[in-house]
Amino acid sequence: MSLMSLTAVQLGEKIKNREISVIEAANAALDAIDAKESSINGFVTVDRENALKRAEKVQKDIDEGNILSPIAGVPVAIKDNMCTKDMLTTCSSKILGNFKPSYTAEAVINLEKAGAVIIGKTNMDEFAMGSTTETSAYGATKNPWNTEHVPGGSSGGSCAVIAAEECSYALGSDTGGSIRQPSSFCGVTGIKPTYGTVSRYGLIAYGSSLDQIGPIAKDVTDCATVLEIISSHDKKDSTSIKRDDIDFTSALVDDVKGMKIGIPKGYFGEGLDPEVKEAVLNAAKELEKKGAILEEFDLDLVDYAIPAYYVIACAEASSNLARFDGVKYGYRTQDYNGLHNMYKKTRSEGFGAEVKRRIMLGSFVLSSGYYDAYYLKALRTKALIKKAFDEAFAKYDVILGPAAPTTAPKLGESLSDPLKMYLGDIYTISVNLAGLPGISVPCGLDCKGLPIGLQLIGDCFKEKNIIRAAYSFEKCEKKL
Amino acid sequence: MSNIISDETIEYVGILAKLELNDEEKERAKKDMGEMLDYIDKLNELDTTGVEPMSHVFPVNNVFREDAVVNNDGREAVLLNAPERKEDCLVVPKTIV
Repeated sequence: MSLMSLTAVQLGEKIKNREISVIEAANAALDAIDAKESSINGFVTVDRENALKRAEKVQKDIDEGNILSPIAGVPVAIKDNMCTKDMLTTCSSKILGNFKPSYTAEAVINLEKAGAVIIGKTNMDEFAMGSTTETSAYGATKNPWNTEHVPGGSSGGSCAVIAAEECSYALGSDTGGSIRQPSSFCGVTGIKPTYGTVSRYGLIAYGSSLDQIGPIAKDVTDCATVLEIISSHDKKDSTSIKRDDIDFTSALVDDVKGMKIGIPKGYFGEGLDPEVKEAVLNAAKELEKKGAILEEFDLDLVDYAIPAYYVIACAEASSNLARFDGVKYGYRTQDYNGLHNMYKKTRSEGFGAEVKRRIMLGSFVLSSGYYDAYYLKALRTKALIKKAFDEAFAKYDVILGPAAPTTAPKLGESLSDPLKMYLGDIYTISVNLAGLPGISVPCGLDCKGLPIGLQLIGDCFKEKNIIRAAYSFEKCEKKL
Repeated sequence: MSNIISDETIEYVGILAKLELNDEEKERAKKDMGEMLDYIDKLNELDTTGVEPMSHVFPVNNVFREDAVVNNDGREAVLLNAPERKEDCLVVPKTIV
């Protein structure tokens, strides 16, 4: 059995007990990558040499008693939209194909302080814009459960490499479901924390008011452990929130007695695959058996989340991606005639189709004459969606539903119809609009043998409720 | 499709977005944007009269701090990424003609 079959916390325990060295752990990841990457393509960059150097250093730190974290020495994969000093950070885009940041993202620094060994950077939809990891400029990632299917996205690389046991755990980012949906498709566990919990410093921005970094791992314990480590108040991120309740591992308790779980009827209607529905409702029943109180309710405005999201996210993207202009870093076109022509050609050659589509939509909804009708309308809708969740959380501790309406589609099926791809985010997107925490945990397989994900949503700052519910579910579930 | 995107609109969006599209891309963009806007028009079903636009879910305020230098001189590290440099400067096409 490969060391990569262990959870991050199990491997960390063995490293701590000197059963396994940090170098052995890093080599186990690198060997698995050698064996599997040709069929998965989950990594954009694998930094073998530095990973081994770093492993040696971490081993020394552990030996000297300088690092006591439960994941000290455990290999991690980082989504390629988080800056890593001197290590290629491409956002899976041609425009950043040669970009080596001069600094490291705060969340990654927090991991490094805890003794993490970065193995490489994972593939994603270009600039996190997509739901399949097919818009990457470096080729699509394949779903390890069936390589004819997509891993989901945009954190598809991070989820696939955990499912394929190429690495112990990973970081992803979630703007509209980009951690939870691919976690669902790949049969792994992923948390999108409350907005502001993990610093966005060094995360290459897509929709700044929605983006959050979170952990992707084999189980709830790993996710809670990693989230506890990466959460921090950071003055370099003006939307970072100072919290004193980030001891998420304290919620790893197998007990949901009396927990009130709301099941939004609108999450189980038209468009939901019957097999997904059955698996998710069965999961709810398991929690009920353990003493949770289930109740169906009407969550308002479910159908308005996607249109509001695309206006807001694309508007923010059009502004955020204005910085990629061929001047300071990244790709610059070869032949040009003057400054503006250089900008235009650089961007047109450097960005892929989906990114251009979203930048254009964003530029349009922000343009004079349309700003009120589209952008402000979407922000007003967001306020209503937040209010609907506030009302729900006055009654329930946790909201339960599917993470995605289907299991993983086949490669090539989604990109031809962008609108259809966007609709796949229906259960995840409103969580970002309202700034809430959400987790996806595996809850079964469909008839094709593809994983199904259960999504648990908590009120702002109530990660502990969803961690507790997810952990309790994991304990009763027959393992995938 | 109720939102028909004209050539002029796509041209204008191209200027705002600093993107240069060929004819084929323009036609595709017109179709895609029209379809997206048709879908987004669903928001008009909602009565949002009197609802304040919410840009942030939490009441965030400007964060003030002293403008103190805390990082080291990263000039060389930053310039390593420059598409074109001359000594300690970025080279760009002539901007004033």
